Amino acid sequence: MTDTLEIAGLHVSVEGKPILRGVDLRMERGETHALMGPNGSGKSTLGLAVMGHPNYEVTAGSIELNGENVLGMSPEERARAGLFLAFQRPIAIPGVKMADFLRHATTNVRHPERKEGEELIPMRDFRKELKGKMEHLRMDVEFARRYVNDGFSGGEMKRAEILQLAMLQPKFAVLDETDSGLDADAVRLASESIAEIGRAKMGLLIITHHDKLLEHNPPDVTHVILGGRIVEKGGPELAVELYQHGYDRIRSQYPEAEAQNQQMIQQEETV
Amino acid sequence: MFHGACSLIFESMWARLFNVGVESAPDSIERFTDTDRIAFGCPQFNQKKSMQASAQIAFDDASFSAFLASRQEPEWLATQRRQAWQAFGELDWPNRSHEEWLRTDIRMFGLQRYGLDSSPPESVELPQPQLAAGIELGGATVSLDSSSVKSQCEARWQERGVLFGDLGKLVSAHPEKIQPHLMRRAFDVNYDRFAALHGAWWSGGTLLYVPRGVVVDEPFHAFSAITDGGVDLGHTLVILEEGAEATLLSETASLNPTAGGMHCGGVELVVGAGANLRYVNLQDWATGVWHFSHQKAVLGQDANLQWTIAAMGSRLAKVNQHVGMVGPGANCQVNGVMFAEGRQHLSYHTLQHHEVASCHSDFLYKTALQDRARTVWRGMIKVDPQAQRTDGYQRNDNLLLSTSARADSIPGLEIEADDVRCTHGSTTGKIDEELIFYAMCRGFSRREAVRMIVTGFFQKIFDRITIDSVRQALGLAIARKVREYD
Ligand SMILES: Nc1ncnc2c1ncn2[C@@H]1O[C@H](COP(=O)(O)OP(=O)(O)O)[C@@H](O)[C@H]1O
Ligand SMILES: [Mg+2]
Repeated sequence: MTDTLEIAGLHVSVEGKPILRGVDLRMERGETHALMGPNGSGKSTLGLAVMGHPNYEVTAGSIELNGENVLGMSPEERARAGLFLAFQRPIAIPGVKMADFLRHATTNVRHPERKEGEELIPMRDFRKELKGKMEHLRMDVEFARRYVNDGFSGGEMKRAEILQLAMLQPKFAVLDETDSGLDADAVRLASESIAEIGRAKMGLLIITHHDKLLEHNPPDVTHVILGGRIVEKGGPELAVELYQHGYDRIRSQYPEAEAQNQQMIQQEETV
Repeated sequence: MFHGACSLIFESMWARLFNVGVESAPDSIERFTDTDRIAFGCPQFNQKKSMQASAQIAFDDASFSAFLASRQEPEWLATQRRQAWQAFGELDWPNRSHEEWLRTDIRMFGLQRYGLDSSPPESVELPQPQLAAGIELGGATVSLDSSSVKSQCEARWQERGVLFGDLGKLVSAHPEKIQPHLMRRAFDVNYDRFAALHGAWWSGGTLLYVPRGVVVDEPFHAFSAITDGGVDLGHTLVILEEGAEATLLSETASLNPTAGGMHCGGVELVVGAGANLRYVNLQDWATGVWHFSHQKAVLGQDANLQWTIAAMGSRLAKVNQHVGMVGPGANCQVNGVMFAEGRQHLSYHTLQHHEVASCHSDFLYKTALQDRARTVWRGMIKVDPQAQRTDGYQRNDNLLLSTSARADSIPGLEIEADDVRCTHGSTTGKIDEELIFYAMCRGFSRREAVRMIVTGFFQKIFDRITIDSVRQALGLAIARKVREYD
C-alpha cells in the first residue's frame, strides 16, 4: 500500500494569532506537489506545523500519516515516522560537527525504536555512505567536519538540508525554498539532486518561487495558498503560470483571502 | 609502565554511560544538608570511618605541635609551617563583607568537623581515574585522605633527573630543589585563612621537578581521593627549569559520590624561561565536599603554559587561579570547564597578571548549570605600568539549563600600561528552543538534543585542549551530567 500524508481542515495559530485557516492537502508517496503563494501566506507555517513546532498551535483539523494522526507526536517521533522538513532558515548548532549530527540523526530515523545510548550505526559504514552522498552532491568532504549550519552561507545551508534529506530518506518531505540563496548552477544541481533523491521514492511538497526546481520536478499537483487557505489547486501548468505572471490574478480573484494575507503581513510589521 | 585501564571505544562508553546515566544521578543532591553528611557513604567504608574517628587530628594548637613533631621535616619547612599557623590564628574566616566572598556563603562550613587522618590508609577500592585512559604515563601518584598510597616515577625519567612523586617525602630528600620554590612566589599563606591553614598543615600532594632542557613526553598523573568526611590538604608543586617540558594530569575524586569532606589545597606552577607546561586539573569531589584552593603559576621569559581546569564536583568550591607573567614573552592559555548541578556552588576567581612586557594571556571559561546550581566567575586582567605590548583575552560563557540556576560573571580589567590589547567578555543564556526543535526534526529526542547542544557549547574549549584523553574524559563527564531540560 502506498504511504499517504493527509492534511485536513488544518487551522494553526501562533501566539493566539490565526495563520492557517483550514488547509486541505493530500499526497501519496512518489508524488510531487508544489505549494505556491506570496510572502506571508502561510507556506512555512504549514511545514513547521507538519513537524510539530511547539509555537505553532493546531487549533483544528488533522495531519495524518497513513491514517494515523501525528498531532500527538513529538517532532522526534514524526521524524522517525518518516516526515522531513528542509528548513527555509536552517538553524546553526555551534560546536556540533555535521558528521556527528548526521550519524546520530540517521541512526535514529532508520531505527525508530532506538533508545538513547544504544549503538549508533557503525562509523565505517556511515562514513562511506556520507562520503558517497556528498560526492554526489558535489560537496567538499571538509563540510562534514564543520559545525551544523554555523557560519554557513545561505547556499551552503540549503545544500546541507539536501544532504540531510538524502541521508534520512523520509517518506514525505516539505522543501521550504530549498533553492533560494543558490546561484544558477547550484539551483540546477540542487534541482537535479532532489529529483534523484526524492522524486520517485518520497512524497515531495516543494515550496518555491523559482522555475528551475519545478522544471526538474514537475508537480503532479500545484496548490496555491493565500491568507492561510488553499485557494486553488491545479496541475503543473498552474505552477508555470504563477512563476511567470505572479500572483495578481490570484489576489484579485480571492479578495477575502487577499485581505487576510495583507492583515497578517501588517501584523507582522507592527510586531 | 602503566596504562589506563579503560580502552573502550567511544560509542560503547557513550552507551554505557547513558544507560546508567541520568536515572542513577543522585537526586539526594537536592535534599542534601550539612548534618546529613555523615549518614551518607557506602557500607563497606563504614568500618574505616569509625576507626578513623579515633585517629583524627583536630586543627588546634596542641595537635599542630604533635603534627610538626611527627613529620621530621627540615627546620626551614617547620618554620614555614609555624608562620602559617600563626597567620591562621591571626586571621578571621572570610565573610560576605569581603569582595571575593560577597556571593559565596561559608557560614555552614565548620572546620571543627574535620581532622587530618593519621591512620595509614587501608586498601580501599578507588574510583577509576578519568584523565589517563589509554595513555602511557611517565609516573603516577595516588593519595587517600592526604596520605600517599602510591608514588611512582618511571626509571627513564628519574635517570634524567626528573623528580616526581609524593611531595611530603621528596621535600626531605631533595630540599635544595624544593626550598627555593615551595610557598615562595606562587603561594601566599597570608592571603586568607584557608591559605594559612593549608600552609601550616599541608600534607601529601605531588612534586614534579624537571631539570633544565629535559623534555618529558609522557604525562604524569596525580590522583587524590578522600573517604566520606575525609580531608585532603595536598599541595602540588611543579618546577620546570629553563627549556624543560612536561604534562601533569591531576584529578580528585571521592570514594562515594554524595559524601562529604574538605579539601584545602594549593597549587604552585613555576615555569622557567622557555619551558613548556601543560597542566590539567579535574576537580570531581563528591557533592558534599568543601573545596578551597589557591592556585598560581609563575611564568618566566618565553615560558608557555596551557592550564585546563575542570570543575565538576564539590558542594562549594572557592578557587583563586592566578597566572603571573614575570618574564617577557610568556604565554598562557587557560581553559575552564565547569558543570554545576544540584545545589552546588562553584566560585572561581581568576587573575591574569601581566607584570612585564610582551606577554600573552588567553582565558576561556565555559560553564553549564542545571537544577539550582550557582556559579561565580570573577576574572581580572591586570597590566602593570611597564607591561607594554600586552595581549590579554578573557571570556566567560554560561549556559543555564534550568530556570533556577544562576551564574554571576564579572569580568574585569585593570590596565596601567598604554600600549596593550585586552579584550574581555561574558555571556549568560539558556538554550534556544529553535536548536532543540531543529535537532528533534532530525530524529533526536529532546534529551539527546540537549546533550549534544551542551557538548557543542563546550566544543570550543575542547578544540583547544591538546590531550586526547582529557578532551574525551571531559566530554563524557559533561554529557553524563546533562539531564532533562525544560
Ligand atoms: N514564529 C512566528 N511568530 C509570529 N508570527 C509568525 C511566525 N511565523 C509566522 N508568522 C506569521 O504567519 C504569517 C505567515 O508566515 P509564513 O508561514 O512564514 O509565510 P510564508 O512562508 O508563506 O512567507 C506571517 O505573516 C507572520 O505574520
Ligand atoms: Mg516562508
